[in-house]
Amino acid sequence: MKIVGIPRGLFYFYYYPLWKSFFVNLGAQVVTSAETNRLTVERGIEAMVDESCFPIKVYFGHIRELCKNQIDYLFIPRIVSVEQRSYICPKFMGIPDMVKARIPNLPAVIDTIIDFSKDKKLMQKEIIRTGKIFTEKTSRINDAYKAAYQELQFCKALAAQGYTMAEAIHIWEGKSPPCPSAVAELRVGILGHGYSLYDERVSMNIINHLRLMGCKVILPESLDKETIENQAATLPKRVFWTLGRKMVGSALHMAQREDIDGIIYVACFGCGPDSLIGEIIERKVKNKPFMLITVDEHTGEAGLLTRLEAFCDMLKRRRKETFANHLPTYG
Amino acid sequence: MLITFPHMGNVHIPIKTLLKKLELDIVAPPPITQRTLELGVKHSPEFACLPLKINIGNFIEAMDKGADTIIMAGGWGPCRFGYYAQVERDILKDLGYDFQMIILEAPDSNVNQLLNQVKAIGERVTLWEVMKAVKFVWHQINAVDTIEKAFEFHLARTSEKETAEHLYKTGLESISNCLSRKEIDTVCRQTVEKFTKLPRHEQPILKIGLVGEVYTILEPVCNFNIVSYLGHLNAEVSRSIYLADWINDHLFKGLIKKSNRRRIYDLASPYLNYWVGGHGRETIGYTVGFARQSFDGVIQIGPLTCMPEIVAQSVLNLVSEEEQIPCMTLYFDEHSGAAGVYTRLEAFTDMLNRKKKADLMRRQGRP
Repeated sequence: MKIVGIPRGLFYFYYYPLWKSFFVNLGAQVVTSAETNRLTVERGIEAMVDESCFPIKVYFGHIRELCKNQIDYLFIPRIVSVEQRSYICPKFMGIPDMVKARIPNLPAVIDTIIDFSKDKKLMQKEIIRTGKIFTEKTSRINDAYKAAYQELQFCKALAAQGYTMAEAIHIWEGKSPPCPSAVAELRVGILGHGYSLYDERVSMNIINHLRLMGCKVILPESLDKETIENQAATLPKRVFWTLGRKMVGSALHMAQREDIDGIIYVACFGCGPDSLIGEIIERKVKNKPFMLITVDEHTGEAGLLTRLEAFCDMLKRRRKETFANHLPTYG
Repeated sequence: MLITFPHMGNVHIPIKTLLKKLELDIVAPPPITQRTLELGVKHSPEFACLPLKINIGNFIEAMDKGADTIIMAGGWGPCRFGYYAQVERDILKDLGYDFQMIILEAPDSNVNQLLNQVKAIGERVTLWEVMKAVKFVWHQINAVDTIEKAFEFHLARTSEKETAEHLYKTGLESISNCLSRKEIDTVCRQTVEKFTKLPRHEQPILKIGLVGEVYTILEPVCNFNIVSYLGHLNAEVSRSIYLADWINDHLFKGLIKKSNRRRIYDLASPYLNYWVGGHGRETIGYTVGFARQSFDGVIQIGPLTCMPEIVAQSVLNLVSEEEQIPCMTLYFDEHSGAAGVYTRLEAFTDMLNRKKKADLMRRQGRP
């Protein structure tokens, strides 16, 4: 049986159920790297150029870990675009080339091109090309993909209930769901790219910290897709980054919702789209407390906790105040 | 309507000419200074790349001089530049400026929007005059390129560097004042002739390829005048991007003259096999090209956190190894200091000179 390694980074958090089921349906065995830890980070920083953003370095760390295992294939998709006329980020488009140039002695790389920017035809071709590695039967490949897509929908439905994508993947894999926090005094909207937000090392576990501080966390995945798109469409120019548009739409929607006390945006240092999207959101969201947190490999957890506590204290003060509307958004 | 535009190297020469020919009133932003940069840094998002900050500085200074309309380019990603104009408009509006922004970009869904905007620019002249103006400006752009190339070639070879710099400046100035194509040709020929008559020195010449992001390559303030500094170190610089090529490829999609883009993409594979936005693939393609033309070294430049250039930078080490060419990457932001950049450039050229000498001796069979 062939073994395929999938690194636990970047779009793992959005598409892992799809990828894993696809390969398993074709008769392969799938292994992933461990959850991001100190060693992952160290290995990643060593392999990647300094100027790159943190999640990319972490991804490199995961790949180096997988290379130590006995695997036949390494799955590093070239994610250009997951919907029409929108992109993710230039780094995602170049990642198989970057990995090949910087990590020696790689196993065979499966570099499926995921590009929906024009139409779906290219993707269908790529699915077949990828499937042909394992089987010659086209119908079997198509069936495998269709079944895998159902698994992804199952995970997305879980995320819509308020679980993070990381938790949804856990539950999908048959592990027990996390206990909901007992009291939820505040409701906080959290925005950020899935690969930084749901990776507990990259985001320094910000979601669980907030839950422990008595917040109910509202994530973009739990919002209605159409509402997000409608809100994002109010900008004069369509945002051509898929995740950027999701963030702007979610932020504008959360700003209007009475039941949400504040919004936190987790951005990565050096992230290109975030540097502009964060600015746009900051200028548009004026009636609600908004905090932008920038993380990188140097961020200390204590500093983050202090900022979160201060933010929550301020939100609580605003809640108690009957004239909340007259209070400025900074408390 | 008083129109202004962002600076990018010598782009202001053709833009000014074009707008004047379209009988529009213009307020050119003052040359980029420390103040421009400070204004831009103060009002721009902290992690935005440097060109956006300089743009903001340009616009503020121009509007303080009375401009009320901004012409800016757009784009549809994945590079950040495509969203520049939107963020810049928000920032300037929040600062309390009253202005109109004309964004030139391929329409997303509504073609009328673009047509209405372009109409506002060309409403005082006939279509025939517009065509004539564009043709003239294209001629001017090619002349600017010729002078830039001649400057890069002769600056490295002459012993009178200051005279060469002076010739370059006066040459560009007279080109921007020319009224006919014939005049431009004359000025261009004379300037190139004057360059060839400069006294030469006997030192060895290094050939260095300059690749990277377009704004950083074209704007000397942004790259600490790297072309001229290398010229003073007797290094001849060839760039991956000249104005005419850039306009031909990006504004006219290769319609005006035959584009060498295909060839560059072929060179970039197998190192970088897909487009990555911006000039990432060109950076790799040109580096391979320079290496095969036996250049001595390649310098990659870009603004800090530039996404396409980071992709290029991460595969550059492999290119450097396989194609046997020394490469160096320099990123610029508002914190870069001239002294630090120059030290690195000197060290790089020293290293190349030593390598060249050693290679020569090895070829002659000496130890």
